[in-house]
Amino acid sequence: MRVLKCHKGIGPKVSGMVLSANDNFSARYDLDRINGIFSRPNHKLFGKSYVDIILVLNESKGGVASAWMLYEMIARKMAPKAILFNKANTILAQGASLASLSICDRFEDGDITSLIVSGQNVVVDPPNGNVTILSK
Amino acid sequence: MNLSQEEKAMSKGELGEAAKWAINHQIEVGNFFDAEDFVSVSNVHMMVDPESIGIAGVKFFENLVKMNAKVRVPMITDPRGVDLDYYRPLGQTEEMADIERRTIKACSSMGILMTNTCVNYQTIMAPLYGEHLAYGDTGVVIYSNSVCGARSNFEGGPSALAAGLTGRTPRYGLHLDEKRKPTKIFTIKHEPNELTDWGLIGALIGKMCGSYWEVPFIEGINKIPTSDEIKHFGAAMASYGSTPLFHIKGITPEADNFNSNDLNDLNHYDIKSTDINSLKAEFGKKGDKIDVVVFAAPQLSIFEMQKVAELCNDKIFKVPVLVCTSPQVYSDALRMNLIKQIENSGAKVLQGTCFYNQFAREIGIANGWVRLLSNSTKIVNILGGYGYKPVLANMEKCILSAVEGKLL
Repeated sequence: MRVLKCHKGIGPKVSGMVLSANDNFSARYDLDRINGIFSRPNHKLFGKSYVDIILVLNESKGGVASAWMLYEMIARKMAPKAILFNKANTILAQGASLASLSICDRFEDGDITSLIVSGQNVVVDPPNGNVTILSK
Repeated sequence: MNLSQEEKAMSKGELGEAAKWAINHQIEVGNFFDAEDFVSVSNVHMMVDPESIGIAGVKFFENLVKMNAKVRVPMITDPRGVDLDYYRPLGQTEEMADIERRTIKACSSMGILMTNTCVNYQTIMAPLYGEHLAYGDTGVVIYSNSVCGARSNFEGGPSALAAGLTGRTPRYGLHLDEKRKPTKIFTIKHEPNELTDWGLIGALIGKMCGSYWEVPFIEGINKIPTSDEIKHFGAAMASYGSTPLFHIKGITPEADNFNSNDLNDLNHYDIKSTDINSLKAEFGKKGDKIDVVVFAAPQLSIFEMQKVAELCNDKIFKVPVLVCTSPQVYSDALRMNLIKQIENSGAKVLQGTCFYNQFAREIGIANGWVRLLSNSTKIVNILGGYGYKPVLANMEKCILSAVEGKLL
C-alpha cells in the first residue's frame, strides 16, 4: 500500500480499478459517450471502456464542452468514477464540481501516469488530497 | 477564499437559491485553483449546446428557472446545436430539437441573450485591454486574452452560468499577472498566407504546449494578421493544446510587457514549413472521396462569407456543403445577397450553429458522412473522435473539391 499526496481535489472519496495512460483527455474530443468508450483513434486508450473506472491521465485538453458533458455522463451512469491528472485544466475542475465527480491533480511524487498503472485498485480521497494504491 | 459580505450572503442563500448554488460552485472551483478572492466580470459568454448538456442539463436549467434565477451582468451564448429552421434535413431528431427549445426558453427566462455566436469579438462587442470576463468557447477566450488583452479563463458552461448569476468569478489563472507570463518561445520560419496556414501554425504551437498552463511567446511573424487569420490561429491553438493565451512579438498588446529577463531562460522551438506540411498530411490526401464539406469552427465572419460566395459563383456541388455563421453575420449576408449566392450552388448556410456541436456523430451516421472536408484546422481535430476521417484543405480547394466530390 502506498499513499500519494496531491492538491486537495473535488468530489467524494471513491475507490476502484485504474485505467492509466500518458495521454490527455477531453470528453468531447476523445469519447463515444453513448457507448462509454474512448473513440479517438490515436488516443492511447482507444476502444477501452471508461465507465465506473478511475482514469489516470496526463492533462485535460480541448474545449469547454467537457464541463457539461461530465454532468450528463453522470446522470446516465456512463461516467468514470474519478479522474486523476498531472494537471487539470479549468474545464475539468468546473465540470467535476457540477457533476460531483471525484478529481485530483498536482501529485507531489511526480508523473501520476507512471506512478499508477492500469489494473491497480486505488482509493481516491479528494477532500484530504491523497490517493492510496491498494494493489501492486 | 476571502469573501465579501455580499458573497457570504449569497453563499448562505440570502440572495436566493440560484445565487447560492452559483457562488458555492465557484468557491469549490476557486479553492481547487487556490484563488484568494473573486473578481467582478463585466459580461459573460456561455457554451450550452444540446449535445453537451443533454436532458440532464436542461433539467438543471429548468430547476434554476424555478428558483427565479436571473443573471446580474450581460450574458450571451455560444452557437446552438440545432438550427430550428433546418434540422430534419441534417438528420437531427425532434428529441434534439426539443432539448434546444427548452434550453433557449430557460436561458431566455434568466435574462441570457441568445446571441449564439463564437465570434462575439467580431460581431457583438470586442473586449477591452484588462477587462475581466467569464467566457466560454476556447476560441473566444484565446482571442479575447491574446488579441484584446482581456482576462478570462476557459469557463465551462456551468461556471459561466454561475458567473452570470453572481457577476463575478474566482480570481485564479489568467486573471493573475503571473499566469500570463510566457513559458515557451516559438519562432515561425514559414510566412502564413491563408487561413488554413494560420490554423496549422496555431495547431502546432498548441500541440507543443500541450497544457492550459503554458503561455507561448511567438516571434517571426512579420505581417499583421487579419482578425480572421488570428481567429483561426487562436482557435486551432486552443483546440490542440487547451492553450488560452499567446503573445506575438510586435502584434499582440501584452507582448511588449516582457523583457529579456522573462524570456532568456525559456525553451525555444522553431515552426518550419516541414512541420506544417507534416501535420497537414495527417488530414487526407489528393483523390480522397469527400462526403461533406463544412465551413465552421469558428463561425464565418462577413468577410469569409463574401469570399465563400465569390467562390461558389457558377459552381454546382456534388456533395453537401454546409456553411455556419452567426445570426448577426447571417442577417447582414442575407441583406447583401451573399446567402443567395452561396445557396444557388447547392450549399446551405446555417445560422447560429457550429457543425461540431450539432450532434456531429449522429448526423454523420444519419447521412453516411465519414470523409469531412474543411478549411478549419480546429474542426478536423475535434471530429476525429466523432467517427469521421477529416480532411483539411484551404477554402478554394474545399469549394473545388465539393464540385468534383473528391479532394483535388
